[in-house]
Amino acid sequence: MTTSFNLNGKQVTVKAEPDTPLLWVIRDEIGLTGTKFGCGMALCGACTVQLDGAPIRSCQTPVSAAAGKKVATVESLSKDNSHPLQKAWIAHDVPQCGYCQSGQLMSAAALLRTNKNPSDADIENAMSGNICRCGTYNRIRAAIKSAAAEMRKA
Amino acid sequence: MTTTRRDFLKVTAVVGGGLTLGVSLPGAIVEAQAAGTLHTPNAWVHIADDNTITLISARSEMGQGVYTSMPMLIAEELSVDIRKVKVEIAPVGEVYTNTLLGGQLTGGSTSVREGWEKLRIAGAQVRTMLISAAAEKWQVSADKLHVSDGKVIGPGGRKATYGELADAASKLPVPKDVVLKDPKDFKIIGKATKRLDTPTKVNGKAVYGIDVKLPGMVYASLEQCPVIGGKVTSFDASKAKAMPGVIDVVQIRDGVAVVADSYWHAKKAREALAITWDEGPVAKIDNASMMEGIRNAKDAPTPIKKTGDADAAMKTAAKTMQAEYWSPLLAHATMEPQNFTADYKDGKCLVVGPAQFQQGTQGNVAAALGLKPEDVTVKTTFLGGGFGRRLEYDFAVQAAEISKAVGKPVKLLWSREDDTTHDFYRPMAFHRMAAGLDASGKPVALTFQLTSQSVTQRAFGLPKGTLDPFMAEASVVGYDIPNMTQELIEHDSGLRVGYWRSVSHALNAFANESFIDEMAAAAGKDPYQYRLALLDKQPRYANVLKTAATKAGWGKPLPAGRSRGIALMEGYDTYMAQVAEISVKDNEITVHKIWVVADLGQMVNPDTVQAQLESSIAFGLSSTLGAEITLDKGRVQQTNFHDYPVIRMSQMPRIDVTLVKSTEKPGGIGEPATALVGPVVANALFAATGKRVRKIPLSPDNIKSA
Repeated sequence: MTTSFNLNGKQVTVKAEPDTPLLWVIRDEIGLTGTKFGCGMALCGACTVQLDGAPIRSCQTPVSAAAGKKVATVESLSKDNSHPLQKAWIAHDVPQCGYCQSGQLMSAAALLRTNKNPSDADIENAMSGNICRCGTYNRIRAAIKSAAAEMRKA
Repeated sequence: MTTTRRDFLKVTAVVGGGLTLGVSLPGAIVEAQAAGTLHTPNAWVHIADDNTITLISARSEMGQGVYTSMPMLIAEELSVDIRKVKVEIAPVGEVYTNTLLGGQLTGGSTSVREGWEKLRIAGAQVRTMLISAAAEKWQVSADKLHVSDGKVIGPGGRKATYGELADAASKLPVPKDVVLKDPKDFKIIGKATKRLDTPTKVNGKAVYGIDVKLPGMVYASLEQCPVIGGKVTSFDASKAKAMPGVIDVVQIRDGVAVVADSYWHAKKAREALAITWDEGPVAKIDNASMMEGIRNAKDAPTPIKKTGDADAAMKTAAKTMQAEYWSPLLAHATMEPQNFTADYKDGKCLVVGPAQFQQGTQGNVAAALGLKPEDVTVKTTFLGGGFGRRLEYDFAVQAAEISKAVGKPVKLLWSREDDTTHDFYRPMAFHRMAAGLDASGKPVALTFQLTSQSVTQRAFGLPKGTLDPFMAEASVVGYDIPNMTQELIEHDSGLRVGYWRSVSHALNAFANESFIDEMAAAAGKDPYQYRLALLDKQPRYANVLKTAATKAGWGKPLPAGRSRGIALMEGYDTYMAQVAEISVKDNEITVHKIWVVADLGQMVNPDTVQAQLESSIAFGLSSTLGAEITLDKGRVQQTNFHDYPVIRMSQMPRIDVTLVKSTEKPGGIGEPATALVGPVVANALFAATGKRVRKIPLSPDNIKSA
């Protein structure tokens, strides 16, 4: 039994059992390790990817739920750090240990897809599922606003 | 189109910057590989013929910015563009020892303090050697030459790149005495510099321990006794072995490991193990018995400091007061769960992963496998948080034991539940404080007694009765009180304990800074003015306190429902004051803003300093507001982020940072701000409610019962 889905614009077929969390399929079977494991219970957001554009916790999403859909990981933003969020993350020097940042970026990208001018409350709401143990929250908030401003100009 | 796994790996190997090739760590910052021979004038600098310059960081990057700040120190004296260098994390080596801590380890907010001279000297040595090589080549006197941006420049604009000179330079003796720059000429040190690791941390390329991949690697999930220290009596692996992807099930010292072709297969099969345990002595411990044991500890006190005669002064004081404070067990909760990858083969072992203590990892892996330390190679990845947890090496030893047992390279990964329930916890702490005030309310006597467990006894075999300096941190206040006694009681509660960001500063500052607030209240004085009046002889303390009060508008009216607290400390040679503005509703605290003023002497990267202050405050706030570890029948009751909550964005206060300009020697900045969050919020809570909560966390339950 295999499952096929679109990952970062490429069609992939994987062999993992259908109930395998998407996280482990992406990391161990496909070998894309930008998406991180933090809690396994959809509590911390380190594993956040987008499923048809919506942010999901891949540690609690069976790969079967991705069948025929589009999955986007942090690697999809850009390879050359040209995405407005990546540029803003660099400009604000957001990451410290950096481990949660793939998930933070994917939640932020999902927010900016539907809201190009988010308020503080919008940002806090969209990012509430993503823990950063290094406490980079204030820089994340500022970077999201910078990226949103750039995207509004574009 | 269908992409097979093999094809996908080929594609992602390119995208992933060599990740699947194994141990090109931790993520290439400069994509171009050095061409030609690599020359190593000293242990800190490699120069390739093509002028690719690699600087070595002997400290682990766990978020605190050493991947940038350590190279900045070398680059300053070497005169190279920090944005053009490559950085590598050092292998294990005597030359990379942290002389402040006596081992190759990262912790204690020591990296800049320890590297401040050493790394500048290292850069200056190489600069001197390159100049000598050019002088020889051009047959001119060395004093006619200077360096600029990776080149030696001679009379008449003659130039040679470091790469052109590196071969000759590295054959010269390393000079003993070198001239360091006057700090006023610094071009790199003290300038806000973009972190060199950020680009790889926004696109998934940065390699953490969990991302390591070795050829032929398999995955392990380890079941450990639910009671820490318990041992396997017997186990039945028949069901687990029949599950998909399982390669083997092996017993090691700490438990039973399932080895499979993926982490998920290993984890699922682990749930099918049937193990009986000898739970060991920790099974008899619970929170109540620990607190009872600490409160009634009969161990002899160890003196820290005695000033004047506190007992006598207490007897003649107009007023005396006592208070007791509690701090709970805490877990580190690094975002990256503990993991390590090991490859044992033919009497040698490679271990790769997130380590704060490379020598400890090497020595203990060697001991566990019966090898010589030199037969164990340690490679350090980026760390998904450290905070003291990765000073331990239990997970590295486990990975190595599993690899040896199955004869394959193995990545061992803990679950979040494993991580929360098998930490080395910050020890529980109990303080007895007493003070004597004169008729005007001024303190004439202060006594401080901490009862807690010594991490240093467990981790480094410090003999009992010897003062553990890490327990005494921030125990002696800067206030001018004529009679003071500080002492501690080292009491082993039986649970394994570990160093936790800011170590005992947090415990002792909570007691000291809460109690001085209580003294101010008893004297009927403003807590800021009361402190300031005791700091005439302490200009650095007084300055940060005054600055924090001014910045925060201390004494000025607050919005309705808001209140303020203040706290002060010296730690890691850094002087710091904080003011918190909070509100309280239904015994729940919201921290709106924290002003922090730090005098840490000279700084390497001010933006990293700012980031570390923000980070330390967030870290301190999680444990102040709610996270705590409790034990029942030796079992840790918390398992994941739902019952060990760390703060989220909506709980993050605005932070106003002021850094004092200073020419003093550098202080540490990765930890001190964590320690002040407990007392500054407790003091604001008192201002808001009149309730003095003497127990961390300042949770609704503890506030209600105070």
